[in-house]
Amino acid sequence: MDLKLKIWRQSGPDAKGEFKEYPIQDISKDSSFLEMMDVLNEQLVSKGEEPVAFDHDCREGICGMCSLFINGRPHGPDDAITTCQLHMRKFHDGETVTIEPWRAKPFPIIKDLMVDRSAFDEIIQAGGFVSVSTGGVPDANAIPIKKVNADLAMDAAACIGCGACVAACKNASAMLFVSAKVSQFALLPQGRVEAKERVEKMVAKMDDIGFGNCTNTYACEAECPKEISVANIARMNREFFAAKVS
Amino acid sequence: MSNLLSLSSVAKKIWMSLMGLFLFTFLLVHLSLNLTMITSPDSGLFNEAAHFMGTNPFIQVFQWVLFAGFIVHIILGLILQVQNWMARPNAYKKKASSEQSFFSKYMIHTAVVIFVFLIIHFLNFFLVAKGLIGEIGEVTIDGVTMEDMAGLVFDLFANPAYVVFYIIALLFLGFHLDHGIQSAFQSLGLNHPKYTPCIKNAGRLLAIVITLGYVLIPLVIYFTK
Ligand code: HEM
Ligand code: SF4
Ligand code: FES
Repeated sequence: MDLKLKIWRQSGPDAKGEFKEYPIQDISKDSSFLEMMDVLNEQLVSKGEEPVAFDHDCREGICGMCSLFINGRPHGPDDAITTCQLHMRKFHDGETVTIEPWRAKPFPIIKDLMVDRSAFDEIIQAGGFVSVSTGGVPDANAIPIKKVNADLAMDAAACIGCGACVAACKNASAMLFVSAKVSQFALLPQGRVEAKERVEKMVAKMDDIGFGNCTNTYACEAECPKEISVANIARMNREFFAAKVS
Repeated sequence: MSNLLSLSSVAKKIWMSLMGLFLFTFLLVHLSLNLTMITSPDSGLFNEAAHFMGTNPFIQVFQWVLFAGFIVHIILGLILQVQNWMARPNAYKKKASSEQSFFSKYMIHTAVVIFVFLIIHFLNFFLVAKGLIGEIGEVTIDGVTMEDMAGLVFDLFANPAYVVFYIIALLFLGFHLDHGIQSAFQSLGLNHPKYTPCIKNAGRLLAIVITLGYVLIPLVIYFTK
């Protein structure tokens, strides 16, 4: 298939970016979106041009590194998927494909389509962990945990920190990410110990970094590759309220 | 003000949702009283109700609580919106609609229309009833002389421009509530696999019922009084 790519090019964090058009031919329907980008970059390199910088790592949908805002949607025109798992058959021959970086003040552009997502790491460092004293390995089922809670915690823990929720949200809010991280601990007895400080510190960090306020548009849930539910946001709000009044 | 500014994002949403639901219950009371204007034969019941509301000491105090509710909701809404604009200084050139609640995209726009409406509504009725501006007639019901609030309303809605303006503004209130009611539950952490779909439907239904109820008043008055 042949495509017309409209790609955001920006040489550095402070440079003024612009769209450049790249026609590309003979792309296999069965190739992944990132493979298509590889083909483009090889062509650019062989012409002596600067290749397009974009993030990727595992290419199997588990690391959360790949990003790209494709035709108006984070991770492109498919549901519950990362860009590395997106296939070219989702596009039609001759289509114009617009590719932009995640856009949010807390995710500054490093180059072209690559953004710095260390704001997420800062939020995790503020409280997204459990403190454990070292010692012998505990028995697997020493602490009984309700099956429902174990399942809900596992669902929340599926978040890969990709930032699509922030990218999709009209407010650039990080609530889905933060609430998934808060929930995965809040639901388990090991996490309850520090639950109060955790939610307060993570919310404070999120606000401090400059993510927007949640207005319940639920765009995050619609675009999350791991289908994290906004029920986690409600849980975080409850946790936050409980922490403030207790 | 600086206290409101320093509220965390979640605390802001909790206050906004509480104030929003509070304003919503006021809308229900206000509507049920207003409907007596078109249901009771000579609007005597409405005038009596308005007289009661205008003189009862508890209502007089509560009026200020309501006023404060509006102020808190509006100030927090503005702070929140400005922060949200700042969180994405460079807009996407191409953006699809991923939002799952349609009017969530337009809360600030519907809010501005409601705000302008509130000011005009105050000038039309509240300030006149308080004797601060304009003139209002008198009626005597069961030996008690009181302001003819119904007459004031009928005079205003004899003017088709006001009828149209009120209806448009009320539709925007309906849009605000269509997202707002269910959103307030989510902000308060009230999300449940079984009940949330019901809350969303009930919220939409209530938004429609309230809007239709209010819209009926200027329409009926214009065409029948
Ligand atoms: C009778 C009038 C009003 C009612 C019943 C009402 C109700 C609500 C409700 C229930 C919400 C959802 C809150 C949440 O999700 O936590 C909301 C949101 C909002 N309101 Fe109002 N509101 C009214 C008037 C206004 C006015 C006059 C303004 C500002 C000028 C305003 C600004 C906003 C904004 C900006 C939001 C969006 C914030 C968000 O979704 O988090 N509202 N309103
Ligand atoms: S909540 Fe979903 S969209 Fe947001 S960072 Fe986690 S996996 Fe990505
Ligand atoms: S590259 Fe790892 S999730 Fe896409």
